[in-house]
Amino acid sequence: METAPKLGRDVPPKKDKLQAKRKKPRRYWEEETAQSAAGASPGPPSNKKRNQELRPQRPKNTHILKKSRISKKLQVPKKPRERKNPESQRSLSGAQDPFPGPAPVPVDVVQKFCRIDKSKKLPRCRSKTRNRLKVAETEEEETSVTAARSELLLAEEPGFLEGEDGEDTAKILQADIVEAVDIASAAKHFDLNLRQFGPYRVNYSRTGRHLAFGGRRGHVAALDWVTKKLMCEINVMEAVRDIRFLHSEALLAVAQNRWLYIYDNQGIELHCIRRCDRVTRLEFLPFHFLLATASETGFLTYLDVSVGKIVAALNARAGRLDVMTQNPYNAVIHLGHSNGTVSLWSPAVKEPLVKILCHRGGVRAVAVDSTGTYMATSGLDHQLKIFDLRGTYQPLRARTLPQGAGHLAFSQRGLLAAGMGDVVNIWAGHGKASLPSLEQPYLTHRLSGPVHGLQFCPFEDVLGLGHSGGITSMLVPGSAEPNFDGLESNPYRSRKQRQEWEVKALLEKVPAELICLDPRALAEVDVISLEQKKKERIERLGYDPEAKTPFQPKPKQKGRSSTASLVKRKRKVMDKEHRDKVRQSLEQQQQQQEQQQQQQHKQEKAKPMRARPSALDRFVR
Amino acid sequence: MTASRVAESLLALSQQEELVDLPKNHPLSVSEDEEDSDRERKHQKLLEAISSLDGKNRRKVAERSEAGLKVSEFNVSSEGSGEKLVLADLLEPAKTSSSPSLATVKKQLNRVKSKKTVRLPLHKEEVERILRELAFNKTSQVLSKWDPIVLKNRQANQLVFPLEKEQSAFAPIEHVLSGWTARTLLEQKVFNLLHKNKQPVTDHFLTPMEKASLKAMSLEEAKMHQAELQRARALQSYYEARAQREKKIKSKKYHKIVKKEKAKKALKAFEQLGKVNPTVALEKLEKARIMERMSLKHQNSGKWAKSKVIMAKYDLEAHQAMQEQLSKNKELMQKLQIALESEEEERGPEEVEELLIPGVVNKVQMNADGPNPWMLSSCTQDSREAETHEDLEELPEPVAHEVSESEVDEGPVAEEEILLKEFEEWRSLRRRSELSQDAELVGSQETKESSSQEKLSELRAPSQRFKENHQSWKPKASPTGTVPQAHREEPSLEEEEPLLLQRPKRVQTLEELEELEKEECSQSQEFFRPGLEGQQLERNPNNLSNAPKEKKKKEQMLDLQNLLTTKSPSVRSLAVPTTLKEVDDEEERDQKQMIKEAFAGDDVIKDFLKEKRDTIEASKSKDMDLTLPGWGKWGGMGLKPSAKKRRHFLIKAPGPPRKDKNFPNVIINEKRNIHAAAHQVQVLPYPFTHHSQFERTVQTPIGSTWNTQRAFQKLTTPKVVTKPGHIIKPIKAEDVGYWSSSRSDLSVMQRYPKQLSMSHKKQLKKNSVD
Repeated sequence: METAPKLGRDVPPKKDKLQAKRKKPRRYWEEETAQSAAGASPGPPSNKKRNQELRPQRPKNTHILKKSRISKKLQVPKKPRERKNPESQRSLSGAQDPFPGPAPVPVDVVQKFCRIDKSKKLPRCRSKTRNRLKVAETEEEETSVTAARSELLLAEEPGFLEGEDGEDTAKILQADIVEAVDIASAAKHFDLNLRQFGPYRVNYSRTGRHLAFGGRRGHVAALDWVTKKLMCEINVMEAVRDIRFLHSEALLAVAQNRWLYIYDNQGIELHCIRRCDRVTRLEFLPFHFLLATASETGFLTYLDVSVGKIVAALNARAGRLDVMTQNPYNAVIHLGHSNGTVSLWSPAVKEPLVKILCHRGGVRAVAVDSTGTYMATSGLDHQLKIFDLRGTYQPLRARTLPQGAGHLAFSQRGLLAAGMGDVVNIWAGHGKASLPSLEQPYLTHRLSGPVHGLQFCPFEDVLGLGHSGGITSMLVPGSAEPNFDGLESNPYRSRKQRQEWEVKALLEKVPAELICLDPRALAEVDVISLEQKKKERIERLGYDPEAKTPFQPKPKQKGRSSTASLVKRKRKVMDKEHRDKVRQSLEQQQQQQEQQQQQQHKQEKAKPMRARPSALDRFVR
Repeated sequence: MTASRVAESLLALSQQEELVDLPKNHPLSVSEDEEDSDRERKHQKLLEAISSLDGKNRRKVAERSEAGLKVSEFNVSSEGSGEKLVLADLLEPAKTSSSPSLATVKKQLNRVKSKKTVRLPLHKEEVERILRELAFNKTSQVLSKWDPIVLKNRQANQLVFPLEKEQSAFAPIEHVLSGWTARTLLEQKVFNLLHKNKQPVTDHFLTPMEKASLKAMSLEEAKMHQAELQRARALQSYYEARAQREKKIKSKKYHKIVKKEKAKKALKAFEQLGKVNPTVALEKLEKARIMERMSLKHQNSGKWAKSKVIMAKYDLEAHQAMQEQLSKNKELMQKLQIALESEEEERGPEEVEELLIPGVVNKVQMNADGPNPWMLSSCTQDSREAETHEDLEELPEPVAHEVSESEVDEGPVAEEEILLKEFEEWRSLRRRSELSQDAELVGSQETKESSSQEKLSELRAPSQRFKENHQSWKPKASPTGTVPQAHREEPSLEEEEPLLLQRPKRVQTLEELEELEKEECSQSQEFFRPGLEGQQLERNPNNLSNAPKEKKKKEQMLDLQNLLTTKSPSVRSLAVPTTLKEVDDEEERDQKQMIKEAFAGDDVIKDFLKEKRDTIEASKSKDMDLTLPGWGKWGGMGLKPSAKKRRHFLIKAPGPPRKDKNFPNVIINEKRNIHAAAHQVQVLPYPFTHHSQFERTVQTPIGSTWNTQRAFQKLTTPKVVTKPGHIIKPIKAEDVGYWSSSRSDLSVMQRYPKQLSMSHKKQLKKNSVD
């Protein structure tokens, strides 16, 4: 600000003269220092301004996290550096770091990684405990900041289809999309005409690289669908109900007419599991290595594929099961029943965790989105509903479809696909994992035959459709997560990498009994058994070691510490405590009475007034 | 045994002798006969001793002797003489003789006199205890030095052993470079270049030239700066000295003069200010007034004033001073009004001028620069009122102003009409007002969202003029967001369009407009009727159509029936997928009917509710009934304990309410997952007292799946790191920065209790005295 005239070329000559008179020596670095002084002047306003320029979106959110380290880390360390001595800041070349301090991290991204629920109030704690809590909080902040910084590495961005003003994206045909996109993407759209072996079920491997499909009339094949390299193709000479990859693309589970079979990627039959008979639907839980099968006999069976044991066989008591899906968030299995209910199952519990009445007619299809927030159901009553799975299980959106959807699938980014006859509709919400709005379809596609199975391909903007006319791979821009975790599911991994990953995944296998509605329950203390143990300990010891010690008056000086006075003081405290207790219990009693009175009032209101009881009532038998 | 005893006694005796003649260094003049008697006595003693050997009367107390067996250690027994021996008696001969040889003796005696007796030594146990205590104190004091280190180590995230670190020597770059010479051709070339241009080679920022220039300039500047500083300092000191001097002047007269001068100056300055900038001056006055009002400084409330009050009765001067104060107070308090008056007086001529100017003009001016708008507004009010009256007159009629929003909207329109066709349209205007009342009715209905179909149709039927109103109202209401969604879907654009077109053309007769709109309205009617009706038809059997929708929203959570039959908001989505064949509303309705018929048999809802009830019953823990029939009352066949008693002895089962209490379409299993619970933490670790505290510390995952590599490594650093192949020695004072005394302290502790230093001994003594 002050330096502005110095820097400017068109300074009035008078001033120049003045300067000449004073003969202020001009140094060779003067401009630089002037600039630096202007830039790094300790005055707070200018600093602030620059901050704002650097991160325009910050000031809005800063107040949320004002206390936390994130903002501190960004601003505080800069100041002392400036204050110390400006000389040290200058590098050998004389240039200055225009962005001193650590790079800014967007607060909302950091917030995403914070897991400690600070809304809960803690009871008062000792200083030692407080220290531990503080350490935990700082650790969380540090880790979330580093995680937020590493977001930078997720370079890919999701694509999306956007109609020109007023244009309906649903009217855009696949051919148009294929024409518009690059060759590599265009190659991802293909049709396999397989009319011979009836409607197909499809399944993508977890990496999204491989595709397996099984036709009703026994045709089973697996291929690397990107390169179109066929891995195996066999005919099992039996009806195929469902097909699913196990943890890797090397193993295939096929639900055949009678039993469940497991093939490897050469098409060699490895196992025939006769304990799972008449299986209609398969579902694989990748982190637990469990293959869940739903059978015609009404059993939901969990098979641990890592050890080959059946973990649990649960009787759903709802007749034939042919609608099943898994919640990828907590590995709970959702079953749809013919009485319009959807039940949620875990292998550790013999009864359904939750039962939701969704439709008047039977449930035809269920799908759960990748965050485990929404469940889409369609029923025989031609309704398509989206339920909230976060504790309330209430419908959020509903819509009647002219034909009703027979198959549903959510994509990684929350797009919902529904197969209705030979038409596929895809609905999209706004942004990732948001609720798809059912008003306008995002894309539609008509197939050559009725849909029999559909799944979104992970990490590729592709929807795989199995129908009576074969297989269709359809381009759905913006459906998949653009960035993959190379350590977790790498589409480009080699055989060696796959083997290593397999070992690692097996080491990190989650026990089946940990499947429950809230996957974070493991981070909680089992309060009931904690209380129980405490009680037992008290019984064992004969006293409560954590109980408050009774009041012991301190001895006083100058003869005031006579025994009588000590006793008096003790009594005083005891009486006070007693009084408090009595007061509390009285209040409780009053509340109870009030409640009872209210209830009575209600009852009285409900009942009509009766005639007064007569003395002769006692003789009434 | 006995022989030895005797021997002992003999020995003691001989010792006694030595003790008795204490000053044995110098000869004492003892007469010979005394010596004889002594010998005799000794002899007798010996005899007695020998005789006592026979064992009969061994312990016979000696009669009297100076050096007997039973003589105490410290004092000479004076049994025989009957009077105490005093030192002076012994010295009698020495005094009398007063020989020079005895002078030394005297001196020695004096010394003996001056010396105090030695106290009794304490018991051994006591001494030991004191020593122990002392040692403990000392040791704990020494050890307490280590407390912070221990604490630090306990709280440290990581401990690295062995403790002593090798100081990584950071050699300054000059040292490194000094031994380095350019060898290769390129290096030599580069150095040549650098040397030629006098560029810094090793560590310097600046070239020598730059340095020189910097030095030169800085000296000059420094001198200038110094001079400036000097001047400032000198000025300050002068000023200070002067102030000091003036402060020391005690003359009252002088101070009075100074005060007066000051007051005069202030007054002058104020007057000047008043001339130059009256508003500021006014403000100052105002401020003074405020200060006065706040502090009440001149209302005889100060210390001085109070003292004067007491004096005032007797002292005229004090009285006067008081009066003066009060008057000053009054003056200060009144000042504003005076100022305002003066202001107004000043303004007077202006106002006169203003009077000449029309009121409308000066109104604005007054508002703009008047100091107090409250004071000045009164004069302008009249004109304003007049204006408003005029406005009112201009307005068409009070009826149009009644309440509804639609009319407010239409107000100006009506104005225009009147302005243009005053006579012709009078009748039509009347009609319109009636209609607008109708519209109001509709509006209220719609805001309530009863959306009763019949009324709508009724309203639609009689006159299409209504539609005009309706439309004009519609776009206004939609942003409020209260319009039901079915209505929102109406192509409001289509309806708005004619309205927009109308506005300028409003002058035309209404009949024309009606004609124009007939078609569109009929269209729109068709457009949204079926949708609404479909809804209505669907809901009517459920007895829901009458209830307002607001309530419905709440009920949605509760009414299962409703839940399952909720119509999607987008039943009639505008864009039906192109590939789908469009389904007409009638068809849809037919379908619904069919579905309903198909599912008429199995009552899914009823079954579900029953199931829910059953599960709730099954999971409920039973209440405890502790009533004893016959206790305190008659019991027997057919007699039951009274309800009051039963209630009193019924212990209700505790338990939180069910999670699915408010959700009729959900059954949530309340059973505990025991298998999962086995994996949960069941015992709280040490510093935590409540489970929520512990939970907070384990909420962040530490695995590499959830963290970046660096964060993962940081989170999983081992608590203790040891270097393989190194001996881990115990911690030393040097390791943690205690260089000096701590070691000696420790060594003292180790040496104890064999040797205690002098200071310790002193302390010990003090303790023993206490």
